[in-house]
Amino acid sequence: MKPPYALTVSLIVLSFVLLCMGLMTGSLGWEWQLDWQDPIVQDIRLPRSVGAWLAGALLGLAGALSQGLFRNPLADPYLLGSASGASLGVAIALALGLWGAVESAQLSQAMQWWFRLGLTGMAFIGAWVAVLLTLLLARGVEQTLRLLLAGVVVGVVLGAVTSLVNLAFPQTLPAMQSFLLGNTSMLSDQACVLMAGVLVLCLCVSWWLSPLLDGLRLGESTAQSLGLRVAPLRVALLAVMGLATATAVAQTGLVAFVGLVAPHLVRSRVNGRTAPLLVLSALMGGVLLATADILARALWAPQELPVGVLTGVLGGGYLLWRLHSPPMKAMSS
Amino acid sequence: MLKRLFLASVVSWLQVASAVTVVDDRQVAVTLSQAPKRIVTLLPSLAETVCVLGACSRLVGTDKHANWPASVKALPKLGGLDDTQLEALVRLKPDVVLLAKSARIIHRLEALGIAVVALEPQTYNDVERVLRTVAVLLQLPDAQGQADVVWQSIQQQVNRAKTQMPVRALNASVYLEASTGGYAAGEASFIGDIMRQLGLNNIVPISMGAFPQLNPEFVVRANPQLIVLAQPMVRQLSQRPGWSGVDAIKHHRVCALAASQADMLVRPGPRLGEAAQLISDCVKRSFAS
Repeated sequence: MKPPYALTVSLIVLSFVLLCMGLMTGSLGWEWQLDWQDPIVQDIRLPRSVGAWLAGALLGLAGALSQGLFRNPLADPYLLGSASGASLGVAIALALGLWGAVESAQLSQAMQWWFRLGLTGMAFIGAWVAVLLTLLLARGVEQTLRLLLAGVVVGVVLGAVTSLVNLAFPQTLPAMQSFLLGNTSMLSDQACVLMAGVLVLCLCVSWWLSPLLDGLRLGESTAQSLGLRVAPLRVALLAVMGLATATAVAQTGLVAFVGLVAPHLVRSRVNGRTAPLLVLSALMGGVLLATADILARALWAPQELPVGVLTGVLGGGYLLWRLHSPPMKAMSS
Repeated sequence: MLKRLFLASVVSWLQVASAVTVVDDRQVAVTLSQAPKRIVTLLPSLAETVCVLGACSRLVGTDKHANWPASVKALPKLGGLDDTQLEALVRLKPDVVLLAKSARIIHRLEALGIAVVALEPQTYNDVERVLRTVAVLLQLPDAQGQADVVWQSIQQQVNRAKTQMPVRALNASVYLEASTGGYAAGEASFIGDIMRQLGLNNIVPISMGAFPQLNPEFVVRANPQLIVLAQPMVRQLSQRPGWSGVDAIKHHRVCALAASQADMLVRPGPRLGEAAQLISDCVKRSFAS
């Protein structure tokens, strides 16, 4: 099959258009005059626009990996409990921050370390711990169903603990809500460099391992008979998915729906090998979150709408429209 | 017709001379047949109001957040506004329960025949109104007089705090961060009220609501001369992208309040004088250098 050049090029062009629009959308709404020397444009809008695209790309890639690995169109990057793990990490960090401020006079060395780690670090660690816990509970990666169920168990239990922490420290609730709905407003240069590095790494590794996903589409036993070493390849791809998700979540919070919907949007136009699908899902995720970020800033400036609300509306709306358009109907029947 | 109604109400008032009726914030008239001796409060500021009027000994239970004055810490804790422990509350046999309009438990308590007065102080002016209502409710010998004394001392505290503000800080622009995630406390919030009393200019106008979530660019553009953090977790503001150039951060004019102090600033109660003093002290420190 012919590689999907047209879609690739149009997504890349769209990404650049969105980046330019992101630079022109500020706290006063839309601005036609763009002053490159303005520190607000350089230090706030640029990292924010690039960062939103990168986080979306990471989620799109993780979503495509998740749907491929679990052979389930409803799979998303948060499937293995990383979302609830990250939430718990943030809840603990916020609660400790509150407690630490009361005792700040005798702030110990260990507490200082906590503060430096901050919300981002705690979210990253939380996401990883949850994924490892899921793998541990599923006793390996061989059985898809066991993995999924273990993911559900971890998600529910960690979610309950998070609620408990929130209930004990109700002052942390607004901050917690902001994390749960996703927030792109504080993205910095360092965050962009970090996410770009992780994105390149994850794309390379998953491109290289994508034959497994091709094989898995034909069923597990067929993949094995094709000579693919399913178990180790699966662990590697799960690690890539975990890394991409944890990095995005740590920087932007739990952005809804991008990881689920981006691969669907691509798959509705492209069929064939998995490798291009992964790259295109990343591009599509980036475009989705960049669009949502611009709308979040512009619709109600200078107040912000939670970016997760917009990704939900945008992604959900588009998916619904696809669902009722002819080609998809034929596919589902 | 109206005259007859008026006469009838006067007659009924004479019949129950010791009864008192107050209209609460739901616009419901609540009548207590005698002075309440057992009081439960479900809002920290209401416990503080009862105590500051000298009726602390009548409190038999409070919500879990009440912590001032120290004596209320020893009272039974009955949960919060949304998770009130109904059974424990009823067991205390209160004559009246003081709570917020939003409390989920209101209808259950009324069904059980317990008097409920919903008072929801949210602004500087509400504090005075609630103070006077509670004084009437407690049936203090000279309710208005005692409320006057308390309110005047609060106003004196605020005025003193105001006169102690450094001249350079008058009309300074201020950004108040309520919590992480870019939530600001605007001029419409209680803490914003206090700041205005002290002569500071909030960068978030009333029209934007009490606690709006802001685009951080808005703060950088407004370039506040002073930043007050009501939530202690927020540190290292200078590391936020683009914030190092903000006037307040360049000149180290950032007031980070401890959790115990933040209580005073978020509770519209009788300690608002102390809260004003707290901010005034911090402004003095940060404008000294």
